[in-house]
Amino acid sequence: MSEPTEKSVRAEVTTWLEENWSPELSLLEWRRKLADSGWGCPTWPRAWWGRGLPESLGDVVSDAFQRAGAIGVAQGGGTVLAAVTILEHGTDDQKSELLRPILTGEDTWCQLFSEPGSGSDLAGLTTRADLDGDEWIVNGQKVWTTSAHHARFGMLLARTNWDVPKHQGITYFVVEMNQPGVEARGLRQMNGHASFNEVFFTDARIPRANVLGEVGKGWGVALTTLAHERRLADGMRSMVRGSQGKGRAFDEYREEVASVMEPYRWYPQRAGRADLVLERARETGRIEDPVVRQAVAKLLTMMRTSAWTARRAKAARVLGRPPGPEGSLGKLAASELARAAADAHASIAGSDAMLSGVDGPLNGLIAEVLLSVPAVSIAGGTDEIQRNIIGERVLGLPKEPAIDVGKAYRDVPKNLAS
Amino acid sequence: MQFNFTDEQDEFRRTIRRFLEDTSPPSEVRRLMETDVGFDPSIWAKLCGTMGLSGIAIPEEYGGQGFGFIELALTLEEMGRSLLCAPYFASTLCAANAILNAGTEAQKKRLLPGIASGETIGTLAVAEASGAWNADAVSTTAKRVGDSFRLDGVKSFVVDGHAADCVVVVAREPGSRGSDGLSFFVVTGEADGLRRRLLTSLDPTRKLAELSFEGVSADLLGEHGAGAEPLSRTLDQAAIGLANEMIGGAQKVLETAVEYAKTRIQFGRPIGSFQAIKHRCADLLLEVENAKSAAYYAAAAEFEGDEDISALACLAKATCSDAYCRAATASIQIHGGVGFTWENDTHLYFKRARSSEAFLGTPDHHREQLLRHWGI
Ligand SMILES: Cc1cc2nc3c(=O)[nH]c(=O)nc-3n(C[C@H](O)[C@H](O)[C@H](O)COP(=O)(O)OP(=O)(O)OC[C@H]3O[C@@H](n4cnc5c(N)ncnc54)[C@H](O)[C@@H]3O)c2cc1C
Repeated sequence: MSEPTEKSVRAEVTTWLEENWSPELSLLEWRRKLADSGWGCPTWPRAWWGRGLPESLGDVVSDAFQRAGAIGVAQGGGTVLAAVTILEHGTDDQKSELLRPILTGEDTWCQLFSEPGSGSDLAGLTTRADLDGDEWIVNGQKVWTTSAHHARFGMLLARTNWDVPKHQGITYFVVEMNQPGVEARGLRQMNGHASFNEVFFTDARIPRANVLGEVGKGWGVALTTLAHERRLADGMRSMVRGSQGKGRAFDEYREEVASVMEPYRWYPQRAGRADLVLERARETGRIEDPVVRQAVAKLLTMMRTSAWTARRAKAARVLGRPPGPEGSLGKLAASELARAAADAHASIAGSDAMLSGVDGPLNGLIAEVLLSVPAVSIAGGTDEIQRNIIGERVLGLPKEPAIDVGKAYRDVPKNLAS
Repeated sequence: MQFNFTDEQDEFRRTIRRFLEDTSPPSEVRRLMETDVGFDPSIWAKLCGTMGLSGIAIPEEYGGQGFGFIELALTLEEMGRSLLCAPYFASTLCAANAILNAGTEAQKKRLLPGIASGETIGTLAVAEASGAWNADAVSTTAKRVGDSFRLDGVKSFVVDGHAADCVVVVAREPGSRGSDGLSFFVVTGEADGLRRRLLTSLDPTRKLAELSFEGVSADLLGEHGAGAEPLSRTLDQAAIGLANEMIGGAQKVLETAVEYAKTRIQFGRPIGSFQAIKHRCADLLLEVENAKSAAYYAAAAEFEGDEDISALACLAKATCSDAYCRAATASIQIHGGVGFTWENDTHLYFKRARSSEAFLGTPDHHREQLLRHWGI
């Protein structure tokens, strides 16, 4: 077989879409077809619902989908992260069992990492799993778990060994959420939405076969999830695209957006809606104000430079260079952009920034931006942690002396209440 | 110029703080912010009666306590600290000062005792849909009909406008422009032709209303057509009052953040031991202390009748807005995920900070005005 080229891939995917895509299919029928064809995740290996295409040709495929107005495989923060982690660390059994229903949208996932006592210091977690015959018994509490209230599975980090340093005693599990020992309670956020939860484990059970990677080697698996989380940090924006179409598949897609994707409804706002700033400045006439002009110019510049930085990083990946600093840079850049955009929106809105809901600008959207942006510098690793990662792993600066490594985890100081 | 609070003022502050800690804890703030009225009449009665706060800076001959602007500012600072839900800003700061600045002797004698005792809740209606607090932006008209006037127009962003008994309105002679033809008027909250609508505000602890006037019969307050001067004076006082209220909130979020940084452990140590957090807290302290200086200086200058007061009001408003927004944002960040929850109180301050930033004009606007006042 000859090497795929931009031209050959475009031709192939376009023909496939012409022959297969129809909005009159049920969403599930369509997505099953899509998953099995490999066009849903073209850069994945052929053996696992992909076509083994290089990163650069992935864009060609998404372009073709956009042009055809076709719906893609299921999205959603936790779900996407689960897929890439399983793909990288799962056994063949796990891959064949778990991946397809993720792509078709039949299964949704949540990320059970953070705990009340450990967020930035994720490896300091204290949820425990103890082996009892053929099952692991889990006890403890997770928090800020987006979508836990309707996810079927969770990616769970739990401590399985307390006598080794903290990174070495962690195991990565796949846990069924719908069982008596797991209880998710919704948490309301400052913007009024309730997309995350606290999750309590009381003798919850996990079959032995549901360990992802090896026992005690969960930290390495978690790093895969985290690296992708940083990279996908602002990728949630495109999620509502294509929700205008007509036909059965689109109707069901809209239902999915309204239910499964509901927790992510405010995510575009948390990214600052820089895309709306110029329009708002024009329609309010504030674009004449030199202060606003400067803010708009800075913002448009930031949008371009961070997009170009991402493109440079992607180009490097395409050439097969190892993933570099761009993940952390991208997240930090997105965070700065979000704050600058929120400030610009506030300045443009003037007094109207005091109003929300139906009385607020854009029917409350600007208020939602102002009240959602603070999440961007916290979720998926705080800005401070991103800066540490950039400083240490990218710039090679020495680490701060740490007092909690090289010590059995049970002897490390912890938060009392957790 | 007074650069220190007197012992009496410090004692006064302690008394108010204790009172507010008892009557306006976060649980009460949360209860009241969900209501339409937005305050608790029994707490309001105590605050006005036993504490005498509603008349604090109103002269004794009009039923007040006769203290000065410094005591009023200090009271507002404590209220900002506790996010008190009450029509104090509207009534005691805005309406009472408008009446003091614009009214005739007889009108002051008639209108102020009710506000001083808290039985009357007043407010001031200046801004309209454009959201600007200045003479040029006033388009509501007042037509003379015999001895009385008829108001037509729509006022917006009226603090506690839905609950006020006595609305002080700035309106203009039909056909006039800019600072000409402006006058103050008084109407009752229940006046015929007045429609009041509660707006959904970003900050639920501060209620805002839209007031539509359709041929509402109104009493002239003070001299006809001479409203520009008292308006600018009243807005200066409002801005200085707001600046002082903001630093109360800024100081509170700073304290909460520092406290959390001392107790929250990650990586086996308090997060405040990381320089990223420690330096951010230190920067905030610097900014909040500078903002206090601006707010206190402006309040003292107002008390002493400083001629530069309009510039100082702008300086204080802009400085305190920036400090409060930054402190509230940093406090959320230092709290991590907890800071983004509804359950944690920081967002209540964040919303007040964001809203106060725009209220009475944005920091950019005030900085521009500052230069103009200074002839630059
Ligand atoms: C909207 C949202 C959705 C989320 N969804 C999920 C989810 O689905 N699953 C999940 O597991 N988690 C989720 N999280 C949790 C998120 O990952 C954590 O909130 C985050 O990692 C911070 O942890 P923390 O909240 O415990 O804060 P802490 O770690 O306690 O941090 C408090 C402050 O200390 C600072 N700090 C900590 N350590 C250092 C250091 N070494 N140097 C300098 N500063 C430091 C932090 O930057 C922060 O400012 C979500 C959070 C949000 C806001």
